[in-house]
Amino acid sequence: MDLNTKFTPKSWPDHAEQATLEGKNKFVGIWIFICSDIVLFASVFATYLSLKDSGPAGMDIKASELFGLELAFVMTMLLLTSSLTSVYAMYHMKNYNFKGVQLWMGITVLLGLGFLGLEIYEFYEYTVHEGFGFTHSAFSSAFYVLVGTHGLHVIIGLVWITGLIIRNAKRGLNLYNAPKYFASSIYWHFIDVIWVFIFTVVYLMGVLG
Amino acid sequence: MGHDTHVQEKSQVQYDYDRKHNAVHMRHQVVNFAIMIFFTFLAFAVVVADFSPYFIKPFILLLAGVQVVLQLYSFMHMGEKKAVHIGFINTFVWMGALIAFTIFLALLTIVWW
Amino acid sequence: MSSVAIGKEKGFGATFWDYLTTVDHKKLGNMYFFAGLLFFAIAGLEALMIRIQLMVPNNDFVSAGFYNELLTMHGTTMLFLAAMPLLFGFMNAIVPLQIGARDVAFPFLNSLGFWLFFLGAIFLHLSFFMGGAPDAGWTSYASLSLYSPGHGIDFYVLGLQISGAGTLISGINFIVTIVTMRAPGMTFMRMPLFTWTTLITSALIVFAFPALTVALFFMLADRMFGSNFFDHTMGGNTVIWEHLFWIFGHPEVYILILPAFGLFSEIIPVFARKRLFGYSSMVFATILIGFLGFMVWAHHMFTTGLGPTANAIFAVSTMAIAVPTGMKVFNWILTIWGGSIKVTVPMIYALGFIPSFVAGGVTGVMQAVAPLDYQLHDSYFIVAHFHYVIVGGIILAIFGAAHFYWPIMFNRALNEKLGFVVFWLFFIGFHMTFFIQHFLGLMGMPRRVFTYQADQGWDLFNFISSIGALLMGVGVILLVVNMFLSIKSKPLNTRDYWNDGRTLEWAIKTPVPFYNFKQTPLVRGYDPYWIEKSEGNKEGMTFAEPIGEIHMPNGSILPLVMSIGLFIASFGALYHPDGVSWSIPVIILGLGITVASMIVRSFKDDLGFHVSKEEVIATEESLYGKGGNK
Repeated sequence: MDLNTKFTPKSWPDHAEQATLEGKNKFVGIWIFICSDIVLFASVFATYLSLKDSGPAGMDIKASELFGLELAFVMTMLLLTSSLTSVYAMYHMKNYNFKGVQLWMGITVLLGLGFLGLEIYEFYEYTVHEGFGFTHSAFSSAFYVLVGTHGLHVIIGLVWITGLIIRNAKRGLNLYNAPKYFASSIYWHFIDVIWVFIFTVVYLMGVLG
Repeated sequence: MGHDTHVQEKSQVQYDYDRKHNAVHMRHQVVNFAIMIFFTFLAFAVVVADFSPYFIKPFILLLAGVQVVLQLYSFMHMGEKKAVHIGFINTFVWMGALIAFTIFLALLTIVWW
Repeated sequence: MSSVAIGKEKGFGATFWDYLTTVDHKKLGNMYFFAGLLFFAIAGLEALMIRIQLMVPNNDFVSAGFYNELLTMHGTTMLFLAAMPLLFGFMNAIVPLQIGARDVAFPFLNSLGFWLFFLGAIFLHLSFFMGGAPDAGWTSYASLSLYSPGHGIDFYVLGLQISGAGTLISGINFIVTIVTMRAPGMTFMRMPLFTWTTLITSALIVFAFPALTVALFFMLADRMFGSNFFDHTMGGNTVIWEHLFWIFGHPEVYILILPAFGLFSEIIPVFARKRLFGYSSMVFATILIGFLGFMVWAHHMFTTGLGPTANAIFAVSTMAIAVPTGMKVFNWILTIWGGSIKVTVPMIYALGFIPSFVAGGVTGVMQAVAPLDYQLHDSYFIVAHFHYVIVGGIILAIFGAAHFYWPIMFNRALNEKLGFVVFWLFFIGFHMTFFIQHFLGLMGMPRRVFTYQADQGWDLFNFISSIGALLMGVGVILLVVNMFLSIKSKPLNTRDYWNDGRTLEWAIKTPVPFYNFKQTPLVRGYDPYWIEKSEGNKEGMTFAEPIGEIHMPNGSILPLVMSIGLFIASFGALYHPDGVSWSIPVIILGLGITVASMIVRSFKDDLGFHVSKEEVIATEESLYGKGGNK
């Protein structure tokens, strides 16, 4: 594969991310990875549900009193929107508009950072002000590991996308980096998929008790 | 390792058609996004409105399920017939979902106490 | 990896560096094989020590504590660090050749997978020298392991976490390779059975290993960072460990046995000189076993007290697995039936495998009956059962396949006569060791005890069992001797060593050049090489393309560096609960090395290199003489 092949919007292939064998491999590969991540999150999730509200005798913190919905709502909106912006980036990639790709990927990163900031704030609040630290109870351990694993995925996604933006800033789209952008965007959507379950099961159903 | 792909110029008509097609596709994506946002609102709203938990729980789980399917098939292109080996990928994802469901079922019912 | 250095002798340093940086699936296959063999020897030695301790009642050959470490390390090493890498060795060496590919889909990740596995394994074994090995059994149930003093369990958790990551990476890699990189004409239903079982095994790895990762992470957090997943006084629940471990652990058994089935499905048709009977039902059975493998895990937990409903469901689903397995056994028998059988060393392993494995399978169905399992649980009957499946299935497959594929992997042949001696020693030793343990179990001898009182009727049987184990040990030593002897033997420089090869890997002349096929083959049906041979094609393949430039991946040292980073970080985590000041900095340093090498990897384009047409022809000539691969 030649990095120097120059494309125009007219010669840019329809499925540029799958035009080369490496691209196909990356596409199938990221999906298989996501499949294994599904089981990973299922295990953490199921553990959280079975340890919810359980702690040492006389524990007074309950999910229904601990969780607030305002923060979760804002975080959900941020992450959902970042999913849309990365779709926009892929739309511009199809049209061979590199500036559009970089811009929308950049916005995705900013929204992701906003989400991450709020999550850290939330953890800080629970740990310091509510006395709900990591070692407080089985419930707290399971909560932090579940939401924290998702947060770790967000961090990895952010580093990945930022790396792509910086690395390719000066050279434009080609068949070598198109699959990378595409794979990172699929990964980012997957993070959103997990969050849909987290806000539904942890926060909304947590508040219900 | 594969061979290089040929650089092939599209005709003007084809090019215009593809541009338009992409734009229409993007519009669909925005509609899907609007649906997701609406579902999210709905989910938060029914919880805040304090309906019976027997209604809320299945309802918001259903909303979450629909949202996830939308994400997978529209944003993540799982429904796109032209993508390589997409049938294989579909099989794998649903297999993963099935196993995930089994794990849920087990850890919610048979952890002994 | 330089393209034209073939034929020139390289110095030791250059060769060593070549192996550290290689991304070539054949070299990695060999590395997996020998690393697996090393750990197989270590675990075998542990097994011998266990058997010597149990040879006579009230023995004091090892202490009770050390016995616990031995049995834990024997199980853990055999399953994670011996059987899996040995099978991975064959997968790496053979599968790309069977599907007509130049390399795997992600050569870099292939190398990373190996180094993660290897350093994880080394880390686990350092425990022997650093204050005691893990001692809670290979299942490491949380109620026991949380309270195990010292760092043994920490070594177990961190070592398996690292090597498990390597396995997961390899699993993803194989799936993508098999899905995207098959030669033209190689449809799914023309894939050789070993490729099929590799695909399904990799799928099981992808779905099962995350559960282990999560379970190990919980244990790691509980022991080192003060969380409370399994601590019941803080609201935790140890049954969660049992579930997560077996959600992984049962598929793990199939991860091991399916490639073994695949290997025998390759060996039997070659030496029966007959097409594999019921190919499509074999494929179907493989998929079905893979699927059912996920729905049965709680049969390991019948006595935990899950209740009659759960026990009944899991008992029925467990028995269901016997159906596809039975299909396979009948297909093998019917392949042999009416064939023109050549009894070579690989074939005799296959012939020994069928009855041994069936015996192990039948005792498995007995245990699926939940009420009977209450009687058999934690007795030597269980030990006999799973050794019949693992030794009688997996180990016989590995030994048979080692003889079978040695010509392709090393361009040498293993000695036939010595091969038969090894087989009979090992086979007789194996049945002597484990057959009698069924009765020990039925007589009430519990497993995982370091000694027993005399005159309970167990003395003689234990003694016989230990003698059998020694025979197996002698067999393995002779096998290794055979491998060393093959180094001295003449290079084969031939194709189709067994004369009756059916699949693509036999169509290629050994030594296999680093790019495998000079031209991508065109597959015209199931058993492609057989088709070409029967049509009198001297080249052994129909080609899908003219000779041309070949694109190959670059080698890299980064996988090793990344793995070393995690290796260092593990030491920090290990000593964290001791409250030493350097633990967190060491974790950060280790992870920093890993992340830094990932950044280097991302920022340096790796486009691979091209081997020109002239270089391909020159390589072929230097390997096979004038005229190249004809």
